[in-house]
Formats: sequence, C-alpha cells, structure tokens
Amino acid sequence: MKIEFSVNGKPVEVEAEPRMTLADCLRHKLGLTGTHVGCEHGVCGACTIIVDGAAVRSCLMLAVQADGADITTVEGLSHEDRLTPLQTAFRRNHGLQCGYCTPGMLTTSHALLTNEPDCDADRVREVLSGNICRCTGYVSIVEAVLEARAAYRKDAEEDRA
Amino acid sequence: MKLPAFDYACPTTLAETISLLASSNGEARLLAGGQSLMPMMAFRIASPSLVIDMRKLPGLNRIEIDANGVRLGAMVRYCDILGDERLRTAHPLLVAAIEHVAHYQIRNRGTVGGSIAHADPAAETPGILVTCDAEITVLGESGTRVIAADDFFIAPLTTALEPGEMITQIRLPAWPAARRWGFQEFSRRRGDFAMAGAALFLDRDDVGLIANAHVGVIGVGDRAIRLPQVEAILNGATAVNDAMIAEIEKTTAASVEPFDDIHSSAAYRRSLAGTMVKRALKSALA
Repeated sequence: MKIEFSVNGKPVEVEAEPRMTLADCLRHKLGLTGTHVGCEHGVCGACTIIVDGAAVRSCLMLAVQADGADITTVEGLSHEDRLTPLQTAFRRNHGLQCGYCTPGMLTTSHALLTNEPDCDADRVREVLSGNICRCTGYVSIVEAVLEARAAYRKDAEEDRA
Repeated sequence: MKLPAFDYACPTTLAETISLLASSNGEARLLAGGQSLMPMMAFRIASPSLVIDMRKLPGLNRIEIDANGVRLGAMVRYCDILGDERLRTAHPLLVAAIEHVAHYQIRNRGTVGGSIAHADPAAETPGILVTCDAEITVLGESGTRVIAADDFFIAPLTTALEPGEMITQIRLPAWPAARRWGFQEFSRRRGDFAMAGAALFLDRDDVGLIANAHVGVIGVGDRAIRLPQVEAILNGATAVNDAMIAEIEKTTAASVEPFDDIHSSAAYRRSLAGTMVKRALKSALA
C-alpha cells in the first residue's frame, strides 16, 4: 500500500505491505537506522519514536497506520553541526555505554521534557521505566535527563514569550 | 518475530466495520491502539486474515461524564484518561488503576476497548470493570447489546464478544463523592503485568455502617473476579479493626485460584493477593 507521512519535517511517500511495522519501514524503506529494533514486541523501548507529539513504540505500530502522521525519529532531534542540550547532557553524564538503547532513551526523554519540562526525578524514572538498558546505566541516564530540563524550560519560556 | 501476512482495511464508519467483520468468517481482528494485538501477532499467537484499523472511526474516543456515570468510548486511550482532570473526582479508582498500566509509550496508544477485548487476567482495565459493575456496549450485525462486565470476561484472552461484534463503549456507574477506595498491585519491575492486584471501594449507609463493599482482584486466576466472601465481612461493619483486616487477608488468599507460572508460584500469588487487598483496604480507610 502507498502511504504518505512526514518524517523529521520532510514529507515522504513509501510503499509498504500491511504487515510491515513502522520501525522496519523507517529503517528499511527510509534508511533511518537510528531507530533501533530490540525486542519487536513492545517491551524494550529501543524503537521509541515521536508520532504526532507522543512517544510511541514503532514496533507496535503498522507503517500503514502512520499514513498522514507527523513523525520525529532520533535523527530529527539533532542539529546539523553541534550537539543539542539533551545530547550534551547524555555526553557529560555518561548517559550511554553500548548505545543500543540510546535512540529510545533520547526520543522518550525529548517527548517527556517537551511536554513536562518541570518533571521531577520520580517522573523521569517512571517514564524511562519503559526503556531497558542492558548495560544497566540507568543512574547516569536519569541524571542526564534531569540536567537537560533547564534547556527545555528555557525553550518553553521563549515559546510563551 | 515479523508479523504474519494479512490484509488491511481502514473503514470510516461503524456500518462498514461491521460488514467487514461479518464477511470475514471470524478471521478478522480489530486494531485499536495495537498495544496487545501487535505483540500477539509478533508471537504468532494471532494470525488474522484481515486487520481492521479503527483509527478513522468517528465518536469512539469520547469520555462523557454525567449523573449516570462515566462513559468511555472504545478508542479512549490510557493517556486520555490520565489527562482528563474531571475523572480524578468522577472515577478516582479508574485513574489510579490506569496509572499502573504498562509504560509511558504504551499508555500513549493503548485503548480501554483494546484492553478488554484482549482480556489478560492481570490487566487493570478488566479488573476495574468487574469490580465496579461496568457495562460494555457491543455492536454487531443485529444491532447493539449491553453485557455486564462480570459476564464479559470468560477466560484468558476469551470474552463474550461474538465473531462479528465490536466493542463501542464502556459505562462505569456513577461514583459518590464520599466513597472510599484503594488500588494496589505488585510486579517485580514497574510496568510489568501484576503478579497480583486488588481494586476495592466501600460506601457508608445512612447510619454509618459500611455498605456496598466491592472487592476485586487481578492476576490471580483465569480472569478478574470479585470476592463476595470478603465483601460480606466488610458490609454492615461499623469500623475495620486489625482482627478484621487479618480475616480479610486470610479469606482473600483462600478465595482465589492462581496458577504457577514463570513469574511466581501459585502459593506466592495466593499470599500476595491477601497482601494486596489488605494494603488497598488500609489505603481506602486512611
């Protein structure tokens, strides 16, 4: 089936059979391999992307369901030539080790901080509980997200102004 | 695993959906939020010939609250419930239970209709529906029918829904402001299915005695159930003392029939069910 949606601000048109997950569509049809596929049944969180503003698991969504949607993948979170505040915070706090879970950690954290820039440590832990890090580097990941809050608060204030 | 092959339809009316269901010889599955059906297909437990996407169906995502209670359209997502301030007073027990459903990303897509159609014995939504005497409206070729939650859930992944029928709405009876309630569940990791959980509420009659106690448990049997023996201990009591709580804990453990599985033994689940009801009751009375 032919589907059209927007990825990281660009309109795309792809041909996908109904059984293709959105995760596989992004990786195989569009070459956006930043989205990692870990468990393929909605447990690990590595494939988290942002669909119409909400963090969702792209292995639990069919590509055909994305027709008309506005999608952000981990590639869409970066600037061309410099690290974003969220990426900087992950780097400073050693928020990644092997890196497999990192795209899901970044997209989930970005969705959380965009919607709730004032969230506390409990909320960060609660939201990230849906993302598994097999290196078990959770403490530094949570610290990175907490540090990144300041930049999102500033963005939210500028948006209001 | 990759999903089995299927045909896909995305109807825009309920009538079209019902006719697709009717013409599929029971081989079609409805796709609401997909947070249960997609894993079921990935495990090849479900291999429908046709997947009918409900995302374009109108009117199924509404939350309506009035004197008759709370009505949730089948496509209402968990995040819609958590984001609706009115429900914090209109049905605080529902909100408390939904906070325990899976994870952030799942709650952004998972729906109440999908959860009850899937009918996992440890899931929160079926537990709340059974505990609260909810009614489920289903639509089929011959029109709508209303099924009591207690009659709807039959066994793991098995409901009273006939092939060709779809869930359209859930109604939870009105919630008195003075009602006391508690919800507790236990799992090893946050967001996992509960090894045991308890939902309960109680009212006071006009002379101050406990009345209308409803006590339900999840994860300790082949479906969510109420515990009439425990409710009988509470109803008519003036207060709940430590001896009564101990009796309730014991009665709960004796009333459930859990299974052994990889997550825990039946004996552990039985004991845990008692602990969950005890904690839920204490939080209701606190």
